[in-house]
Amino acid sequence: MSTPNIAVSPVPVQPLTRLWVILLRRVATSWQGAFGLTVLAFTIVLALGANLIAPHSPIDINMDAILAAPSSAYWFGTDELGRDIFSRVVFGARISLQIVLAAVGLALLAGVTIGLLSGWLGGRWDTAIMRAMDALLAFPFLVLALAIIAILGPDLTNAMLAIAITKTPGFARLVRSEVLTIKHVDFVKASVALGATDLRIIVRHIWPNVAGSVIVFGSLAGSQALVTESALSFLGLGVQPPTPSWGSMIATGMDYSSSWWCSFFPGLAIFFVVLAFNLLGDACRDALDARLGEH
Amino acid sequence: MVRMLLSRLSQIATVVLLVCATIFVLTNMLPGDPTVTILGEQASAEQRAIAREQHGLDLPAPVRFVRWLKNAATGDLGRSLRSNEPVARMLADRIPVTLELTALSILVAIVIGLPAGIIAARARGSFLDVLVSIAAMTSVAIPYFWMGILLIMLFALKLSWLPPSGYIPFLTDPIGNLTRMILPALTIGTAFAALIMRQTRASLLQVMSQDYIRSARAKGLSESAVLIRHGLRNALIPVLTVIGLQIGALLGGAVVTETVFSLPGLGRMMVEGIFQRDFPVIQGAILFIVLCVIVVNLLTDLLYAWLDPRISL
Repeated sequence: MSTPNIAVSPVPVQPLTRLWVILLRRVATSWQGAFGLTVLAFTIVLALGANLIAPHSPIDINMDAILAAPSSAYWFGTDELGRDIFSRVVFGARISLQIVLAAVGLALLAGVTIGLLSGWLGGRWDTAIMRAMDALLAFPFLVLALAIIAILGPDLTNAMLAIAITKTPGFARLVRSEVLTIKHVDFVKASVALGATDLRIIVRHIWPNVAGSVIVFGSLAGSQALVTESALSFLGLGVQPPTPSWGSMIATGMDYSSSWWCSFFPGLAIFFVVLAFNLLGDACRDALDARLGEH
Repeated sequence: MVRMLLSRLSQIATVVLLVCATIFVLTNMLPGDPTVTILGEQASAEQRAIAREQHGLDLPAPVRFVRWLKNAATGDLGRSLRSNEPVARMLADRIPVTLELTALSILVAIVIGLPAGIIAARARGSFLDVLVSIAAMTSVAIPYFWMGILLIMLFALKLSWLPPSGYIPFLTDPIGNLTRMILPALTIGTAFAALIMRQTRASLLQVMSQDYIRSARAKGLSESAVLIRHGLRNALIPVLTVIGLQIGALLGGAVVTETVFSLPGLGRMMVEGIFQRDFPVIQGAILFIVLCVIVVNLLTDLLYAWLDPRISL
């Protein structure tokens, strides 16, 4: 519901590439960042190389291996239709990452644009936009996502859109609050006095100072997006069968609870990726704090 | 305080109106003909026209919105398209289940999170602190529905200590009710406990470094008296805020948890409403959940301002 307190004080504009290199180095050398990056890199490799890594087809039914326990032939066992759970988890990574990246990317784009404009323009525009964002923020994420899915219908693209809409107000609120601080700082006032256009000021002076907080928030939004996507699929309102999705695999596994592996391994995959996003967010925030400390 | 309350109420009124408009727009954009839900697919065009008129579906959207708002303000949320039951009565049947689940989850979270946060703060930097922090990180990353299934597998199927699912009203059988609510409450409560633990630890560490704590120690008070009377009393104010602000997440978690444990609560009603395209039911459930979030946030703000007079709303 609430936007995490990750606002940072404005810093003078630095060569961006240098700042990002410092930031990345700090993130990668902290244990949280190293863990987060490693797990996410591993998941990306799984997602991209699913065709090469998965030993079986994720959708081929094998009636001779129904609910087979984990073994050397089926590392994570098989489900109620004899499908290899390891292969489905690997292909599920592709679906989950696709949804999370697209949803967070869309939310970031929309939220940052709304936040920058609202904060910079101020006045009635700001009031109107922020009241609308407040109204959306009053909805619990999952409840809003469910309402949107109810309209659009359950499928992969709609799940992406629904999650993106639920995450947009958070980005907008965060960016707007940062802009309100930065727009009164001397170097921005100087740019205004020198006759710089609004677009130039926003792109050259405001955005670089907001980007850090947006990255931290984006990382946390990634974990929330994954949980929301899994919950939607779990409820039967996200990715539809036979496409493998971690959430729907857990839901199916619930009906075969004596075969624990059906829901255990997809859940473990969600757990590790959510943990990775959370730790990466923590590491980014710590790295930003340290960067600010230097100034 | 009264001026603060009035100012906050006026802000909230705008948000409530916008929320109502959002809910109305969302649910009225549902694809498909609502008369199919009411009459089935075999009904004739005439029957559909009559049903549309009876349910006011033939009126323009703004007229329907104003009518819906007026009715909602008097507690009339329309009738279910599927069962023709008043939505307000359906809500009244379901709300106690969700509220009980939410209250028990908060209780579980406080019972686990508060002592864990105090222990972690008192033993800062020790192995115990690291252990508690790892447990908190882990429980935050576990999705509710997976946690619920793991608990069912362990406590209901493997150990046979508790029933796996179902609901019995508290007044009918208090023991039966609680044995069925323990696992759902643990499912939501453990993740929430991690947030309370983190906040308690951070607040307590901050408070215990203040000058007045040093003065209390200098007066010769025992460490436990300093901790309880001076430390915790102040450290708990932000913890209360965290509890209040997370009510939305708790209610969102209840939607999934009720499905896992077959609890007849608001969340399950909403999911069933979505599958059945029963928009008055969806509207009613969402409206109640969102109003709950808004009211609890307001109460949290007021409580915060009352506990700490330096805060202005």
